[in-house]
Amino acid sequence: MYAKIFLTFFKIGLFTFGGGHAMIPLIHRDVIDTNEWIKESEFIHIIAIAESTPGPIAVNTATYVGYKIKGILGSAVATLGVILPSFIIISLISLILMEFKENIYVEYAFKGIRVAVSMLIFNAALRIYGHFKNDWFTFLMIATGFGLIMFRLIPVVLVFLIGGLSGIIHAYFSEKPGVKQNG
Amino acid sequence: MAEIILLLRLFATFFYIGIFTFGGGYAMIPLIQDEVISQGFVGGSESLLIDMIAIAQSMPGVFAINISTFVGSYEYGVLGGMAAALGVAIPSFIIILLVAKFFKHFSENKYVKGFLRGITPLVVGVLFTVGVRFLLLGLFETDIFNLNEAIIDIRQFFILGIIISLMLIGKKRKIHPIFLILIAASLGLLLYGIF
Repeated sequence: MYAKIFLTFFKIGLFTFGGGHAMIPLIHRDVIDTNEWIKESEFIHIIAIAESTPGPIAVNTATYVGYKIKGILGSAVATLGVILPSFIIISLISLILMEFKENIYVEYAFKGIRVAVSMLIFNAALRIYGHFKNDWFTFLMIATGFGLIMFRLIPVVLVFLIGGLSGIIHAYFSEKPGVKQNG
Repeated sequence: MAEIILLLRLFATFFYIGIFTFGGGYAMIPLIQDEVISQGFVGGSESLLIDMIAIAQSMPGVFAINISTFVGSYEYGVLGGMAAALGVAIPSFIIILLVAKFFKHFSENKYVKGFLRGITPLVVGVLFTVGVRFLLLGLFETDIFNLNEAIIDIRQFFILGIIISLMLIGKKRKIHPIFLILIAASLGLLLYGIF
């Protein structure tokens, strides 16, 4: 059973690309459809938790699903499974890169890669943005994150805390009786 | 002894990054830049770190683990990679186990929801800054504070044009990101290697 959990999450880790959100359909297929380890409603709950706790979403989801299937040992096995492909691939790549990092052709390739990566990041940002409601608070927070980080005005961790705190204050005031709910 | 201290520093740095990662791996890039450079890892070289981030993104796997392993193995081989990767994953592991055991209704709490309602749009703002920084570096080999040192090369705009066109075409039939990265790398090799 543990071997099966490990292999399933190893496969998920190996085929994840482009951030944790991209792996959700993969997990869904393997964990619910193929193995019937957990129920659909539980899965939705787990994703909500994985997105609302700090840490990489892939690791959060693997830990929680593993725990649901086989307790703490299950969660350890699932988490190791999901991170191991990354670990192996990058360990190999770093050997190669160290060997060739002064190579001029590698630098040429990177001139192209940097441009492509910037577009992939914009794409990821726009994809998340697509799920938002367009109100003043959303735009204020986007602008705050952009301004404070772009010009490195305050430490990054502080920026996140300001964001979370503003959200809590906003939630507090928008649920006062008589005030129209907008968030 | 010095090695053990290095491994512990790697572990601690990425543990800290893991705790403050909100909204998934990409949003952690500015935090990684802050912490890795201020700790003097990767030789304190911002440009080397950015290339590592680019590779970590171009490879399959969990981005957060990719970049941690990369920085860790640069510092101290496989053991360094392990220290950094475990460092970034363990906070998640502990937090999720605590939530699963004691706070099952965590994500339904009004203030947790409020917290996220503030953080997620902020993360989008953060992602845009990461995109802008990569674009400035990719197009002009400079950053926001040194715009007067921009190098303008028509070949970079050509690559940008091709990538954007491919992404627009890809809106209907999905183009895999790895394919885009490979095209961009080949264009770089071709345009600079031959001309």
